[in-house]
Amino acid sequence: MPTLDREALARLADALAREARERRCFMEVCGTHTMVIARYGLRQLLPATLRLVSGPGCPVCVTAMADLDRVVSLARRPEVTLATFGDLVRVPASGTTLAAERARGADVRVVYSPRDALRLAAEQPGREVVFVGIGFETTAPTTAATLLEAEQRGLTNFSLLSLHKTMPAALRALLDLGETPLDGFLLPGHVSVVTGSECYRFLADEYGVGGVVTGFEPQDVLEGLLTLVRQERPAVAIQYRRAVRPEGNRVAQGLLAEVFEPCDADWRGLGVVPGSGLAVRERHAAHDAARRFGLEEAGPSREPAGCRCGEVLRGVLDPVDCGLFGRACTPGHPVGACMVSSEGSCAARYRYRGLQTAGGAA
Amino acid sequence: MCLALPMRITAIEGSTATIAAEGLEQECSVLLVPEAKVGDYVLVHAGFAISVIDEAEARETLALLREIGELGEAGEDEGADA
Repeated sequence: MPTLDREALARLADALAREARERRCFMEVCGTHTMVIARYGLRQLLPATLRLVSGPGCPVCVTAMADLDRVVSLARRPEVTLATFGDLVRVPASGTTLAAERARGADVRVVYSPRDALRLAAEQPGREVVFVGIGFETTAPTTAATLLEAEQRGLTNFSLLSLHKTMPAALRALLDLGETPLDGFLLPGHVSVVTGSECYRFLADEYGVGGVVTGFEPQDVLEGLLTLVRQERPAVAIQYRRAVRPEGNRVAQGLLAEVFEPCDADWRGLGVVPGSGLAVRERHAAHDAARRFGLEEAGPSREPAGCRCGEVLRGVLDPVDCGLFGRACTPGHPVGACMVSSEGSCAARYRYRGLQTAGGAA
Repeated sequence: MCLALPMRITAIEGSTATIAAEGLEQECSVLLVPEAKVGDYVLVHAGFAISVIDEAEARETLALLREIGELGEAGEDEGADA
């Protein structure tokens, strides 16, 4: 039946309870997984031996304050129309948000696709349209393709501010920190549609940690966990086989390589991770907002007082253990990025805080 | 952010496809999936098809998304789930 199969969930939960004898801690690193786990109360279905923590999988949440401040400084330029995805508009920069800047007159547009930003550039030749590219390997090829289209169409008033980040480098940084003993990762399904699974092989080979590329239905998540539990030795596997191939999407990879080169990137919670960002290559400099507007440091960044999003993003602090959670910090009045983004760990946990089991989620 | 919805291609012109799901028709780029054909289900993310998927699986995912209200929410959220 093409519906939420509660029997299948119960069977998977039983199998996990039977087979997960050793104490293990697994991490998911994808905001969409965070949402599915919270929505279906999947944590409550796990045996006491299994702990499931959220990592740095929400692109808006991991965007560093200094980068957000640079975005704000762009939005304040009178000639700029800034286009980006909705979550970024509400996330706190130092003492402001893009939404607040918009209320003060900045031209900030929420778009669904980078192509919408290109359309804005075509419609308003007198405006500098800057698309803020945020997201992992799922999203980066779409902005790469859009930048190339701008070149082909001679839309010189379109540029990209790339805040894109890549997942494998972040996982390496997280493991190098060694704060949370991790036994395996639920790897992000749609990132892996693009990257494939080979790029995660180092998890098993170098760190002795397993990984399973996992889909986004509740059954997928429990299957991914069961696959991790059943691994006799750490390995990288694909549960989300209906969409992900080991080699990934070669066309998308080709576009990424054409437009971007790896750069150091600043992650909230992880700090600067070498080679974990995607910078626009020199040959596309005309459409690179960072070069075009000479984005300097906007001044010292200020994290919101008491905010512990960094620890939440490293999986060392459970959202509910933050002193602000549900009190000073709620989705209506978010203090930190993880409560702003709909797929942030804190927002997901807050929204579904009443749920006990998957049965209650219906 | 990395949410991608399965949608069926009803027409292709150049690198732009018309796609349909739940009675909604819209356009997306098929630049990243040159193998896609009319009738295929594709995963669509931020206006681009990123993968061709199995039809039966796509129907299942759509039914599930309907059940959990994800399809209805997409418009409310300022396009945040791009």
